Amino acid sequence: MTRERVAVPTEQDAPPERPSPARSLPPPDQAREWLSTMTLIRRFEERAGEMYARAKVGGFLHLSIGEEATIVGSARAMRAHDYLVSTYRSHGHALVRGTDPGRVMAELFGRVDGCSKGRGGSMHMFDAQRRFMGGYGIVGGNLPIAAGIALACDYTNSHDVVLCTLGDGAVNQGTFGETMNLAALWRLPVVFLVTNNQFGMGTSLERHSAVTELAKRGEGFGVPGVRCDGMDVLDTHAAVCEAIRAARERRQPMLVEAITYRFRGHSMADPEEYRTREQVAQWRLRDPIASFGARLREAGVLDEADLEEIDRHALAAVDAAVAFAEASPFPEPDSLYDDVYVLSRQIHGTYALHTAPPQAPLQDRDAPRPDEEIPMQLTRALSVIHEGHGREGEQPLTAPDRPSAGGPPGGHQGGDRNDSAPEAPR
Amino acid sequence: MAQMRYREALGAALREEMLRDERVILLGEDIGVFGGAFKVTAGLLQQFGERRVRDTPISENTIVGMGVGASMLGLRPVVELMTINFALLAFDQIVNHAAHIHFMFGGQARVPLVVRMPQGAGHQLGPTHSHSLEAMFLHVPGLLVAVPSTPADAKGLLKSAIRDDNPVIFIEHESLYGVRGEVPNSPEHLVDFGHAAVRREGGDLTIVGISRMALTAERAGRRLAEDHSVDAEVIDPRTLRPLDLDTILRSVRKTNRCVIVEEGWPHSGVGANLAALIAEQAFDDLDAPVRRLSGADMPMPYSKPLEDIAYPHEPQVIAAALATLGRSADSPAPPIDLHHAGVEIAGAP
Repeated sequence: MTRERVAVPTEQDAPPERPSPARSLPPPDQAREWLSTMTLIRRFEERAGEMYARAKVGGFLHLSIGEEATIVGSARAMRAHDYLVSTYRSHGHALVRGTDPGRVMAELFGRVDGCSKGRGGSMHMFDAQRRFMGGYGIVGGNLPIAAGIALACDYTNSHDVVLCTLGDGAVNQGTFGETMNLAALWRLPVVFLVTNNQFGMGTSLERHSAVTELAKRGEGFGVPGVRCDGMDVLDTHAAVCEAIRAARERRQPMLVEAITYRFRGHSMADPEEYRTREQVAQWRLRDPIASFGARLREAGVLDEADLEEIDRHALAAVDAAVAFAEASPFPEPDSLYDDVYVLSRQIHGTYALHTAPPQAPLQDRDAPRPDEEIPMQLTRALSVIHEGHGREGEQPLTAPDRPSAGGPPGGHQGGDRNDSAPEAPR
Repeated sequence: MAQMRYREALGAALREEMLRDERVILLGEDIGVFGGAFKVTAGLLQQFGERRVRDTPISENTIVGMGVGASMLGLRPVVELMTINFALLAFDQIVNHAAHIHFMFGGQARVPLVVRMPQGAGHQLGPTHSHSLEAMFLHVPGLLVAVPSTPADAKGLLKSAIRDDNPVIFIEHESLYGVRGEVPNSPEHLVDFGHAAVRREGGDLTIVGISRMALTAERAGRRLAEDHSVDAEVIDPRTLRPLDLDTILRSVRKTNRCVIVEEGWPHSGVGANLAALIAEQAFDDLDAPVRRLSGADMPMPYSKPLEDIAYPHEPQVIAAALATLGRSADSPAPPIDLHHAGVEIAGAP
């Protein structure tokens, strides 16, 4: 664990230099939306931390404060039809895909209007309509699933791509090598984004990985890697755009390593004894939101009043999210067994398994699903995830909900502005 | 009806469902060019091509996980694992993901995935290829578990599994692949999950056999009638999740005695679970304790004479049945039960 072996700009206590040349700015409205979404994620996470301290939120709470540029830069390289697969640090990924902040907060509160109906909590957000295919609590467990989603995309001849995020700690799981190999072998349309925040929980990168240049970790499996500045939304966006294009057009799976830093602990229960206050303070000097805001101000895209308005909007959206979550009821006790199984004529619910629940699940009161099943056309195969509880095949494949144009900043951006645009050149 | 081997019945189920529904794809190690380790998938690559019959690297956790992901978009992957012991490498994807995704995402995603695998002893494959681990999967809410013992059930249950919207652990038995039986020809021959088969009717005691042990129990039932004038009712649950407890309880209420035969380990086994359920729900109907007959409480040995006595055979089932009836067998056959399996007298000869 010598420092000399480590090539990443992560070991230094001085503020790391920008590792890549400055990127040109996107169109003003796009730049504003990116900053707004980053600000929303920041304010949301801060408030979530407060709610945790007030015992409104239970379990583990992993905040992505400091990683906003990595989240927004990468997600805005996606089209609306693309799929996003995340980790247990997933609030920002739900928000960036356009999930209502109220539904994300309600999930943290364990309420019925949460985006996973209070079943999943912080680590298991999901929004099928926006093709946010889940936060996953097992480190590396999401990688095969992302590859499987890419396999389905490929099988159905769609042009959709999967963006799968993972932390630096996940590269040491067996699924990493297995998935890289299969993705390359089968030429799957998937991009793996390593959010390298330099700690696998409390174990620093150079203490958990012999090869710390993680962009190289996929190369032996046939997955080329690139590195980007995860504190710079523009650099992240450019790198992920290029990787997504390779995956979409050439069926070349790619790995992008975004160098970033989380300003808060691994979770709320983290005394942070594995790093110095000085190191954290130095990284905060490269705050991705402040630096992007400053860049936009310098470029004359936004002025001070604009920046204040963006922050005000974010705070208002978070206020509304908390109010929504507070107003949402807890799930009914008799809904306990809902969604353990997909019910049908032959599967009646957990009661039929004789596990003696206190009462039959709510679903048992519904009429059982019709038994007949008609094979779908493959073009409609994907409709299953858009229908929630509905029957498969009842409606054609449709795009995710589009955000309303005049929505609050940071509230419902979705990804539509990138939907028809080609990926930006590097 | 057609005479068919168990493996052919499984292959027919796969072929029919692939013809019926283009969403059905196969993933597994050596299922294509090689034709399957047990030749269940023989010919399917030639018929359906590499797009739908995919040979995979040896990466159990990831191929199951890819099946999970593909199924979330509406495909119906059938993943073959070479033995149930290898499924342990995929336990994360099976338990943390396949079984929980529908629930933990509030019902927004479904996992219509089938994971097929053979289990069981008898081929001298030793401690990493011979176990019977159905109880491990039975333990997990969110999964369905099938343990077919006949060619007809193998076909009908596999077709039902593929058409179901839940993740299914489909446990075949290595010793049964070559066994012949009558199989309905209809492509709509489906066997519903949650419906036990009464293999033999009788009034003296109930014998429940799990997986291959359903056949052992059936043979033992015949001999009990012929040699001991004992009329045993033999039940094959066919699926463990959902479990057709009603049929078992109805039988126990009629016979008042029950023996459960399984090949897996005794502690926390299928029999342990079932014995508890019977005790909870039919205690007043029992004239004797529910007796369990299981595989020995140990890794499966290689040496043939040791392997042979490490899981139940007809003589042990007959002895257990007679003991439950308060009678002793004319010819002594040492039952493999908890006592002999070393639970209470570890190290005893």
